[in-house]
Amino acid sequence: MTVVERREIALVDLLDRLLAGGVVITGDITLRIADVDLVRIDLNALISSVNQNVPSPFEESP
Amino acid sequence: MTGLRYVYAVCRPFGTPLQAQLTGVGGDPPRLVPHRDLVAVVSHVPEADFAEESLRAHLEDLDWLTAVARAHQGVIDALTTVTTPLPLRLGTVFRDDSGVRSMIEAREENFLRGLDRLEGRVEWGVKVYLESEPEQAPERPAPQPAAMSGRDYLRRRREQTRSREDQWQRAETFATRLHANLAGFAEDSRLHAPQNPTLSGHRGRNVLNAAYLVPRGESEAFVEQVERTKDDSPGLRVELTGPWAAYSFAGEEAAGEEPAGGRTAGEGTT
Repeated sequence: MTVVERREIALVDLLDRLLAGGVVITGDITLRIADVDLVRIDLNALISSVNQNVPSPFEESP
Repeated sequence: MTGLRYVYAVCRPFGTPLQAQLTGVGGDPPRLVPHRDLVAVVSHVPEADFAEESLRAHLEDLDWLTAVARAHQGVIDALTTVTTPLPLRLGTVFRDDSGVRSMIEAREENFLRGLDRLEGRVEWGVKVYLESEPEQAPERPAPQPAAMSGRDYLRRRREQTRSREDQWQRAETFATRLHANLAGFAEDSRLHAPQNPTLSGHRGRNVLNAAYLVPRGESEAFVEQVERTKDDSPGLRVELTGPWAAYSFAGEEAAGEEPAGGRTAGEGTT
């Protein structure tokens, strides 16, 4: 087994934190990101834009 | 109309100026909006991009989201060199500075508590991957496909399935033990949903995606603890990221008050 350390920040690690972490505040105007489980919903969109040929993994599991 | 206010973080006032050339979301330099005992760090962003409907649409656009996420992280990173920021979730937008100030006022207590809790702490990310079956040849045509009988084929399939299940079981056990060790060392921990291999570009299946809150001064020991997991677990890979600003611990819930398993933990350990 190997431990990999300190590489360039991967987008996916960043999104884990920016879309699921941080203090949730409903601003004056924005949609309530807190109400949307973006990490699930929008990853479908992200994945299809990353690679049109790969089906969403969320459909594989019940 | 100078646009909307995109808020990155709330901090206690800090004396050191931010790097002059730092740019935030949309290329706008981060500005400070002080109010009472706190400072919000904001950028001016165009309403065309950040009003509710456009933001919703943009969040489906990977390039746009990437640019915003990187810019947000860049500002938080710069803040961590001068203070301990309390990061807000991506896409927190107000109409103007006075909206930002009202928000600070309404949440002052929570912010101060959160800042105290995170002061001098950093977040480390630890992920465990189950590498794709190393002992099996990749899906290339078998050497003598025609020579294999149906029975041999089925037997081989059964063996492969069993070996995959064993590996999965071993990965689970390993990840559970590692998480228990690290959570014991850290002040707090969170489980994120396992990452999608397509999006992460990593080989193998993500079986643990955890974040640990560690005092800055104990980070070296924490990293050593992770490295000590280099034991006899072939086929598993541990990946460490950080130190991060404490994004995963900035939520309202104080340490220990989180409901069992946490909001995203349901998927994390199955």
